[in-house]
Amino acid sequence: MIAISHIIPLFVAISLLGAFIISIIGKRLKWIPDVIGNITTLILLGLSVLAMWTIVTKGTLVYSVGSWKLPIGIALVLDGLTAFMLITVNLIAFSVSIYSISYMERFTSKWKFYTLFLLMVAGMNGVVVSGDIFNLFVFLEIASVASYALVAFGTERHELEAAFKYTVMSSVGSLFLLLGIVFLYSYTSTLNMADMANILAQKSASNIIIMVIVLFITGFGLKAALVPFHAWLPDAHPSAPAPISAMLSGVLIKSLGIYTLCRIFYNVIGINPTLSSILMILGTLSMVIGVFLAIGQWDFKRLLAYHSISQIGYVILGIGLGTPLGIIGGLFHLFNHSVFKSLLFLNSGAVEYATGTRDLKKMGGLIAKMPVTGTTSLVASMSIAGIPPFNGFWSKLIIIIAAVQANRLGYAFWAVLASILTLASFTKVMKYAFFGKPRKRWSEVKEVPIFMKLAMVTLAIICVIGGVLLISNINQIFLKPASDVLLEGTKYADIVFKGIQ
Amino acid sequence: MSKEHDAGMSLIVKVITRFTVGLILLYGIYIVLHGHISPGGGFAGGVIIALSFVNLMLAYGKDVALKKLPRKTISFFESTGALLFLSIALIGFFGGYFFLNFISKGEPFRLFSAGIVPFCNIAISLKVGAGLFAIFIALVLLKFDWEKKE
Repeated sequence: MIAISHIIPLFVAISLLGAFIISIIGKRLKWIPDVIGNITTLILLGLSVLAMWTIVTKGTLVYSVGSWKLPIGIALVLDGLTAFMLITVNLIAFSVSIYSISYMERFTSKWKFYTLFLLMVAGMNGVVVSGDIFNLFVFLEIASVASYALVAFGTERHELEAAFKYTVMSSVGSLFLLLGIVFLYSYTSTLNMADMANILAQKSASNIIIMVIVLFITGFGLKAALVPFHAWLPDAHPSAPAPISAMLSGVLIKSLGIYTLCRIFYNVIGINPTLSSILMILGTLSMVIGVFLAIGQWDFKRLLAYHSISQIGYVILGIGLGTPLGIIGGLFHLFNHSVFKSLLFLNSGAVEYATGTRDLKKMGGLIAKMPVTGTTSLVASMSIAGIPPFNGFWSKLIIIIAAVQANRLGYAFWAVLASILTLASFTKVMKYAFFGKPRKRWSEVKEVPIFMKLAMVTLAIICVIGGVLLISNINQIFLKPASDVLLEGTKYADIVFKGIQ
Repeated sequence: MSKEHDAGMSLIVKVITRFTVGLILLYGIYIVLHGHISPGGGFAGGVIIALSFVNLMLAYGKDVALKKLPRKTISFFESTGALLFLSIALIGFFGGYFFLNFISKGEPFRLFSAGIVPFCNIAISLKVGAGLFAIFIALVLLKFDWEKKE
């Protein structure tokens, strides 16, 4: 009987295996990339469900790569937050890879797309499972570098420009992170995050830690596109092919930015009131400025990209509150935002696939011609705007209630305001794109192929029933273990060391 | 011989390159194989191996270099290197742990020692050598459609 902890390295190994097999034989056999890409993501999704189940039954698991003794060797850790992120990443990856079967037909060399896509998934899964801060950085770079190439996938002039801008900004972010890791390593002489947390707790406060916190806020802020660092996102996300926009907005900025931010600030360094208010201020800034920038956009995907900045603000605000309710709300909104923002980007891709335009002024009355795209888009829009009973409503409600409970009425006010403005801007999208007068030039438009419909409908169903996750039994399995990890703070170290034996 | 004179650099450079390019390649292989007992290893050796082909290309032009190592072969080697590395890790996985060093470690400081480390070095050198040469080709040769029209 093999120990259950052996599933942890598989999240990285299987996706890398799929990527390299596609790059060897996918060039000659045209059907290989689709088949292997989808099977790989399906296996990963199955494994993540298994991982979540393991967390409920067995608790935190630790895996030592190469059977080296911890904390000297590389540790992979599977705890509640990890399982939660794995489900989010692999769910979106699976629906995106189904969608790509039809969508990527219009591009040449599909095998390159799937190779890079699986490399990106490997990087994101690696970031999430890693318990070693330098490995976290390596996987973060794998995912980032794959995403630079994917943003430039169309190789048109503006796509290359956006990819270059993204590369420069994101590399600067990576350098900040590397510098922060160097300082932490020189201060604690260890790279294992649990060990690091123990040593930091023993040492008295030092100015180096403040320096590291500043570096990490800048670095992870650049990766997560929080407001002062957001300039690359509105260029990069619309320029990528639609499935990749869905991946970037849906999960990349979350696993590379928010997950890492939470993991290091809550579990390694330890949260304090100053840090918490910095996070809340950054969150509120992103929330409000993002939505104000979004409301004037006429490019469908660019509008969605600005909304990503705004919704990330909600997540950071919820997590920054630091109360149990706030953290649950933030994490729940993270999951919900992954689902509905990916769905919206897939919708925008479907519209572009059928009509060839992204300009909202040129669309109109498309719901008559494209019922599935129109309906799913309506569901996603209502979710992101926070209309009951869709999932976005519940998470925003929890965040606002948590802010009121923590006596942070100002933040609650801004959250409500941003939500109203989101509703306004999505009313605009719905009116101009799908409702309104049918235009003559779209009379020949057909609904998109079956695989694209399948992916969109799956995500739409999750949007509708997302509120179910709050029912206490399901909450115990899915959200509670994840928020517990953050609430335990630096006790993370003890839990990981207990898991080793 | 006459065709080789058409492209590339002057005769002096070509003659010197002909003497040195084999030595550079050999030195790269030496660095790879001794990676576990002396400084260097898969990455450094792979870079030197790639440099020998880059040198060939600079001196003789792209045709000679790409005839020695066609683009398809490069991309094949690159993926094979990665797969080889992953399969070493996976064999260890089935033997107990991911990246488990399942071969006997031998005596330290001997050429045949350190278990899987030399094999990992060979896989890395394939990946790095082919990858670096491919990047060089991409930067030198490939052009986009709109660039060709101008």
